[in-house]
Amino acid sequence: MPEVRFEHIVKRFGSFSVLEDLSLRVEDGEFLVLLGPSGCGKTTLLNLLAGLLDVTGGRITIGDRDVTDIDPSQRGLAMVFQSYALYPTKTVEGNLRFGLSALKLDRAEIERRVSWAAQLLQIENMMGRKPSQLSGGQRQRVAIGRALVKHAGVLLFDEPLSNLDAKLRTEMRLEIKKLHASLHQTIVYVTHDQIEAMTMATRIAVMDQGVIQQIGTPDEIYEKPANLFVARFIGAPAINTFDATLDMKAGRVVARHAPTAIEIDLSRHDFRTKPEAGMPVVVGLRPEHFSVNDASRDDGAVRMALPVRYSERTGSDATAFLEAGDQLLAVRIEPSLMSGLRIGDTMVASFPTDKLAVFDARSGLRM
Amino acid sequence: MTAISEVPAQPGRAAILIPRRRRRIKGSSIAIFAFLTMVSLFVAIPLYVVIVTSFKPIGEITLGQIFDLPVHWTIQPWMKAWNELCTGLACDGIKQGFFNSVMILFPSLVLSIAISSITGYALALWNVRWADGFLFVLFICAFVPFQIIMIPLIIVVASLGIFGTVWAIALVHAVLSMPLLTLIFRNFYKDIPRELINAAIMDSGSFWKIFWEIVLPMSGNIMVVVLILMITTVWNDYLVGLTFGGISTKPMTVILANSVITSRGEAIYNVNMAAALLTAVPPLVVYFALGRFFVQGITSGAIKG
Repeated sequence: MPEVRFEHIVKRFGSFSVLEDLSLRVEDGEFLVLLGPSGCGKTTLLNLLAGLLDVTGGRITIGDRDVTDIDPSQRGLAMVFQSYALYPTKTVEGNLRFGLSALKLDRAEIERRVSWAAQLLQIENMMGRKPSQLSGGQRQRVAIGRALVKHAGVLLFDEPLSNLDAKLRTEMRLEIKKLHASLHQTIVYVTHDQIEAMTMATRIAVMDQGVIQQIGTPDEIYEKPANLFVARFIGAPAINTFDATLDMKAGRVVARHAPTAIEIDLSRHDFRTKPEAGMPVVVGLRPEHFSVNDASRDDGAVRMALPVRYSERTGSDATAFLEAGDQLLAVRIEPSLMSGLRIGDTMVASFPTDKLAVFDARSGLRM
Repeated sequence: MTAISEVPAQPGRAAILIPRRRRRIKGSSIAIFAFLTMVSLFVAIPLYVVIVTSFKPIGEITLGQIFDLPVHWTIQPWMKAWNELCTGLACDGIKQGFFNSVMILFPSLVLSIAISSITGYALALWNVRWADGFLFVLFICAFVPFQIIMIPLIIVVASLGIFGTVWAIALVHAVLSMPLLTLIFRNFYKDIPRELINAAIMDSGSFWKIFWEIVLPMSGNIMVVVLILMITTVWNDYLVGLTFGGISTKPMTVILANSVITSRGEAIYNVNMAAALLTAVPPLVVYFALGRFFVQGITSGAIKG
């Protein structure tokens, strides 16, 4: 299975620049998710790879073939679209067959591949039906089948699950993951849904405003966000961020949050850039790293007693929102704790200092 | 439970009827009805006269009571119009014109629809250089009166060596209808979802294969609209048939005019009326047969997968 390379890609629509000098390598057999908010250029990047848009500058290679100026059907790709894009006048079988029309295969091979895909995706019993007679999930399977029959080395997905309901989405997520595990195709998958990205990707490229903000495994992206944008984009509930100022106190680095006068000891933080006194920083605290109401431990954790403003429960999880100065602090708590919780109660939340994320307030970069 | 068990016991009270207010006829709808009535009478009265006259013997016509129903109904004028109507010296009836019109109709339809649908498809769904400019020029062409370009067109057609044949008429019809039909097809194809065409481009990439296998099968509704439009246009055309057709390829309208508009001899009104009706019938038949799809075609914009 080939690797895909984007080299110094520039894409402009008229004078409007979407991508400027973007380079990216998708490794052989990798499941790469392009993740970002709407309009960040992720779908543009995918369409450039598919050949549905022309690059303004730069080079795209698949394997060792330069495909920059090659027609979409000749690039050795298959794509699954957001709206499924099934041919409405063709049957399911006709849709699968049309997927092979550029490949010039002999009849036996076409039969073999169509029945292979039908069996793999369990759509054998609906081969004679038209797309309008299928449910959303079935259409999605057919769309994936139409892409799989090509035996393309690289499979592209453009937000394929966003038209499905929540339950079906979870099922299909797992199925796509299973397909990747068994077929080992190189997959480039575009989504704005961080759960999809976190669960399926072997690597995630987080994009914003046409720039790849960070590329790494889901764990790296989550645990060590490269900048504030990535930190805030990934995670639900979102990471808590505090504007603070660095200070040196008896040789130790502390971050001081002015409105609440909370001091966070950063001596255990592994700084990537040298901290300086008086530097404005943003401190990030993930809601789930808090531990609640255990005042006994003294491990240098940041401890804060704050009033509860409200709380919400999402099935297996519960979140309490504490008032900290002019902002709210989301804290993950045990669902069992929630019943005893009243608005206005003071909750003691402590945060282990080795889990902190510190960002330079001016550049937004991780320190 | 009690409420449910009570219902069969008192069926009269099961449903509470809320009296609906009767809708009043508004002044504006009276005005619209009056206008529509006038417009339909404008068409219906002459049509009525033509129909009753065509069923009258010539003796009743000379009485001049054009609104009276025939005393003796006869289909003789219709038979004469079909079989014996005279054009100049030839008295072969209007049937030859009918067959000529059919011979003209089919190549005209095939040629005009083929050219316009493919042009519309290319303009709507493929990246054609100067597509907007081309569309604009085409749109301007729709406003050029035929009479202005008639003589140059005759020279062009003559140089192709097909002047005086049905092919000349078909070609001219295709050219003249191209602006409007291309716009119709282009606007229809513009509504096909972009992702569908992108999928086809990635699957096949062939301009013709995508047209034949994906786009054309989706064009049913718009084809009916265009068919009705073109059948009516081509069948009712007089000028193109007169100027580009030869002696043996004169369409029904031309033969009708030649027979009916005579300055010599007696005017056989009943036969003329029957001939006129015979000429007008085919588009009506088509419209009644396909009218249902016509309304569907002009109202259905989007195609959902």
